[in-house]
Amino acid sequence: MNIQTIENIVNKHQQQQGSLIAILSEIQATYSYLPTDALQAVSKMTGKSLIDIYGVATFYKYFSLQPRGKHLCSVCVGTACHVRGGEVIAEEFEGQLGVAAGQTTPDREFTLGKVACLGACALGPVAVVDGHYFSSVKKTDVKKILERARDGLDKVEVKTDQRIFPIDVSCPRCNHSLMDASHLVDGHPSIKVTTSFERTHGWVRLSCLWGSYTVESQPEIPLDTVVHFFCPHCHAELVTATSCADCGAGMVPMIVRQGGVIQICSRRGCKGHMLDLV
Amino acid sequence: MTNLTINGLRVSVETGSTVLEAARFLGFPIPTLCHLEGLSPYGACRLCVVEIGEGPRAKLVTSCTYRVEEGLKVRTASTRVVRARRMILELLLGTCPQAKKIQDLASAHGVRQQRFRQEHDDCILCGLCVRMCEEQMMARAIGFRGRGESRSIGTPFDMKSEVCRTCGGCQLVCPACQLRCTFVEKDAAVCGGCVNLQPPCLDRPKFDNMMCYMKPCVACEIEQDGR
Ligand code: SF4
Ligand code: SF4
Ligand code: FES
Ligand code: FES
Repeated sequence: MNIQTIENIVNKHQQQQGSLIAILSEIQATYSYLPTDALQAVSKMTGKSLIDIYGVATFYKYFSLQPRGKHLCSVCVGTACHVRGGEVIAEEFEGQLGVAAGQTTPDREFTLGKVACLGACALGPVAVVDGHYFSSVKKTDVKKILERARDGLDKVEVKTDQRIFPIDVSCPRCNHSLMDASHLVDGHPSIKVTTSFERTHGWVRLSCLWGSYTVESQPEIPLDTVVHFFCPHCHAELVTATSCADCGAGMVPMIVRQGGVIQICSRRGCKGHMLDLV
Repeated sequence: MTNLTINGLRVSVETGSTVLEAARFLGFPIPTLCHLEGLSPYGACRLCVVEIGEGPRAKLVTSCTYRVEEGLKVRTASTRVVRARRMILELLLGTCPQAKKIQDLASAHGVRQQRFRQEHDDCILCGLCVRMCEEQMMARAIGFRGRGESRSIGTPFDMKSEVCRTCGGCQLVCPACQLRCTFVEKDAAVCGGCVNLQPPCLDRPKFDNMMCYMKPCVACEIEQDGR
């Protein structure tokens, strides 16, 4: 545990009232659990008594005082999932992982949990692994789910993933296509726009796959820089009045040929993109 | 001052006081368990319930946390209140049948049966110790941990507390770990031994001013022998 990390987290939330839960959840996000020394450090820094902090940490099921595995599996045994065999699925998970619900596998890979309702009853039995929902889970699916989780569920397979599809965009002002078939990104024609930031001008090629964040740019844009985007044909700046829901930077609009508007965040590295298809 | 009616008596008490304080001040007894003067009201044991309002809108509230209101109609011992209190005591007895304080209260309020499984827990989660430690001892060494069925009282991480000064304040106020009732048998869950004791010297005019509860009474025996 690093005292400096804890101090940063505490300082970040210190101003707000009732910030204890925010502090604890950020510590948990950093370490995957709440280490004892971290709680003691928070108590010293905030002036709150240790028992109050411990009380909050033990009150919410969301917080864990034990180290947890890399992947979190929650199997729903709520009413709707129960009648559809949620318990059987939970048992299968326990059998496959060799641990009881609430425990972590010895290799620190998986932590298994049983929950009562995930709010997706129509899809039951439901299991959530690393934030990914699996619906109508059958006993035979469990092994596959765990294997996929080991490989990393956040890894997107461009070819097979249903959530990814190519889009074709044009400038909202001159309606000229922004697609550049001469240069491929992710194996598809790229979206080419000109950019400027901190008095440097250049271009950036974006992947046209919705859901992929691959970019190529010249010059290299440092992370977290807010960039101005221009149409390479009419040279108008691509701006809207909306700001990104995630980071607050301005959004960049583009017209989607298939009908609709896409807005991407102008901050490098931010994934706050919006797609309105009509 | 606030005007209200307690058990049909129109009274006027200081604004901002609780119904419990008002009733006690006027001499209406209300049993309490988790209330202690000098500690903030908490409303955990529900033993101090009283009925407020009239007709179908009447409801039970805990008097230790309920502040007096203008025109409030309070009944401290209606049938509903007495029934509720008995039920609460019965439930408390189920949790901690060994607590003398609860046994005494149960006997005093006519609880004659105990229909619940006896848990033999050693805490009723009344929070007196937590408030004592925080508000009077300024230590904040112990507190509530967990939630629901696994809620418990203790120090963080179950380790020896650095801020506890072993003053014993928490033990002093605890209704469950003070005196133990040693009488309770499996099938006789309501003891009542202490409360229903008859002073043995009741029929001896000589000891009119003072009754001891010793049995056999040594002094009396000597007295008798000497006669
Ligand atoms: S003995 Fe310790 S825990 Fe108990 S009241 Fe005193 S300081 Fe608090
Ligand atoms: S330990 Fe005693 S005083 Fe503390 S909550 Fe339990 S019963 Fe009440
Ligand atoms: S019961 Fe499983 S999601 Fe609601
Ligand atoms: S004394 Fe009022 S709830 Fe315990």
